[in-house]
Amino acid sequence: MDTLKKYTPETWPAHAEQVTLEGKNKFVGFWLFLACEIVLFASLFATYLALKNKGPAGMEFSTQELYELPLAFAMTMILLTSSLTSVYAMYHMKNYNFKGVQLWMGITVLLGFSFLCLEIYEFNHYVSLGFTFGSSAFASAFYTLVGTHGFHVTVGLVWITALILRNAKRGLNLYNAPKYFVASLYWHFIDVVWVFIFTVVYLMGVVG
Amino acid sequence: MAHDTPVVTRSAEQQKYYRANTKAYMQRQVTNFAIMIFLTLIAFAAVMADFSKNLILPLILLLAGIQVVLQLYAFMHMEEKDAHEIGVVTMFMWTGAFFAFMMFLAFVTVIWW
Repeated sequence: MDTLKKYTPETWPAHAEQVTLEGKNKFVGFWLFLACEIVLFASLFATYLALKNKGPAGMEFSTQELYELPLAFAMTMILLTSSLTSVYAMYHMKNYNFKGVQLWMGITVLLGFSFLCLEIYEFNHYVSLGFTFGSSAFASAFYTLVGTHGFHVTVGLVWITALILRNAKRGLNLYNAPKYFVASLYWHFIDVVWVFIFTVVYLMGVVG
Repeated sequence: MAHDTPVVTRSAEQQKYYRANTKAYMQRQVTNFAIMIFLTLIAFAAVMADFSKNLILPLILLLAGIQVVLQLYAFMHMEEKDAHEIGVVTMFMWTGAFFAFMMFLAFVTVIWW
């Protein structure tokens, strides 16, 4: 049986992403990648916590004065919602509704893009205040941590957009079901990291 | 790429049951999402309300922990025991979490300025 075979809603398997050997391998392999990503982000979080509000220069910028909670709140809500929209995409995948998958993945990309715009605005704002990457140990740790997350969002946006375009005329099959599934796993992981960023960086930063 | 998978056709009744199941699944996920939003609101509200630091810090860290568990187990399906090699996946994720904790401990206790 070839993986590009057409299915109907009645014959479509419940866990289409784990039916083929390739799908199974992608599933496990991707989780192993995510476990490694935990370690990457853990090192950046630990660095940030160790260097938070530390100089030697640029001491005029502290977490209490710099961060603005409304912006962090808006970014959090947008990213959380985009996590739900990708769950909707996976729900439509279970029902073999390809248009639903494409639509909700598209909404996820739009939400992710607006998140990225807010982050660029935030960084731009800080730089205009004079808080740049080289200002202090704190600044470097902050930009590296939040920037690495932003980079992951960018990668996710390019990835999911490519998936949507590449499979537009193909329809759903056992070949691309694991691809969509793994992309949605990645997107949830981005949200997991952001939960810690808004808690550890922004909320704990405002508290002091 | 060639891989044999038996094609199973669900009868009309089975298909109805299947759709009801996926619908219930989606409703559970929306509930999980509502819980996550609620936890986020509490966390931000606690900071805005300017409670004592000793109360806020454990509270928001706990809320973040709950939210991450919800993401991993509900949205990302780490709870599905019959998923492929889920034991290996779980072990890797917990090892990652362990390293994360050790790194956090080392950096905040050993590094000082």
